[in-house]
Amino acid sequence: MTKDSDPFKKVYANAQEALDGLCSGMSIMSGGFGLCGIPENSIDAITQMDIKDLTVISNNIGNSGRGLVKILVQKKIKKAYCSYVGGNPDLEQQILNKEIEYELVPQGTFAERIRAAGMGIRGFYTPTGYGTVVADKKEIKVFDRPCILELPLDADFAIIKAQKADPYGNLWFKEAARNFSPLMAMAAKITVAEVEELVELGDIPPEDVHVPGIFVQRIYQGKNYQNDIEFLITKDNQ
Amino acid sequence: MSWSKIEMADKVISLIENGSSVNLGIGMPTLIAQRMPIEKNVMIQSENGVLGVEGRPTKDKVSPTLINAGKETISIKKGASFFDSALSFGMIRGGHIDYSILGGMEVDVEKNLANWMIPGKKVTGMGGAMDLVNGSKKVIVMMAHFSKSQKPKLTRKCSLPLTGAAVVDLVITDLGIFKPNGQRFEIIELAPKITELECSLP
Repeated sequence: MTKDSDPFKKVYANAQEALDGLCSGMSIMSGGFGLCGIPENSIDAITQMDIKDLTVISNNIGNSGRGLVKILVQKKIKKAYCSYVGGNPDLEQQILNKEIEYELVPQGTFAERIRAAGMGIRGFYTPTGYGTVVADKKEIKVFDRPCILELPLDADFAIIKAQKADPYGNLWFKEAARNFSPLMAMAAKITVAEVEELVELGDIPPEDVHVPGIFVQRIYQGKNYQNDIEFLITKDNQ
Repeated sequence: MSWSKIEMADKVISLIENGSSVNLGIGMPTLIAQRMPIEKNVMIQSENGVLGVEGRPTKDKVSPTLINAGKETISIKKGASFFDSALSFGMIRGGHIDYSILGGMEVDVEKNLANWMIPGKKVTGMGGAMDLVNGSKKVIVMMAHFSKSQKPKLTRKCSLPLTGAAVVDLVITDLGIFKPNGQRFEIIELAPKITELECSLP
């Protein structure tokens, strides 16, 4: 029995081991909104891997020179799927210089395409993007209003970060760190979840499980989390 | 006397019905959370998965996992909830958000909005804006009246790639409040001592 097939033996020693099998040309989904909830250890491990031509699916592809920008500036990304480039000058420059293939996807469509891939939905119609370049070359169908057909978005690997995991891979996230991670966990062939705390089975009460372990194949305890804040604004300096 | 950003935020707040749900975009609209009076009972949604944004945290309450769409630290109020991005955009696309307040580069008389790229020069990305303008019950654009190169941002026809077609209900700028009606911009209110001529309406 391989490690990936025993549902209670998903815990790996570190990022390097958990990312075993990630090769050039593969697609990776990465959780996080800006720098909130990003898989810091997996990203750092990929910077050390001799791979290229990756397709990376992430809302921002890093921000402010951090997160996935570390991989982006190594020119390891062939194609990027994202919704927002603002705050990521490295990505904007690669787009303007035509150094990277990219698809800008409206954020709700982005989330739903990933969710659809994980949920067995083969396509859906949405009004989002109608009348814009997003609708170019897509099937349009009129319901109460015109909608465009959008297709699922899956990946070979998902790299996500949660606050807690148990050995089955049940995940619990802190505050607004959840964002795209539960969807990506469902949509990838292999989901690698790094966590700040590894807990025992049963420590996450069943009603508090945010992602059931069936969607997570590999887990490891991360280290040295930066948990960067991009814009610190408090009552005193607002 | 043109309005300050804070005065613009207060004007938008005066347009919002008590008890509504409101999504705030990146930039100027986030000021609205800071200025919103508690007694209006408004629930502010942030696309990254928060319903019940309050304002800014005190120094001891700052958390890297508690941010708004602009990646700025926030505080939440009692009754708040967190959720994933699919649920967040289900809330938006499903028509559960009463007001979307977002920034703009151009708005035209046909209610079109452009706010996500300048071909060859700037790529911001649409983020959640395309979902917001199509899903929210009312769309209010909050922006400077003139661009940095002093071009009026209220135009006859948007020249930039659109975020949404026929979606804008109201525009608030430092010079006034305007309503695109298909043919022109109706003036709802002007800032003190501002004349229609100064607004260079199309």
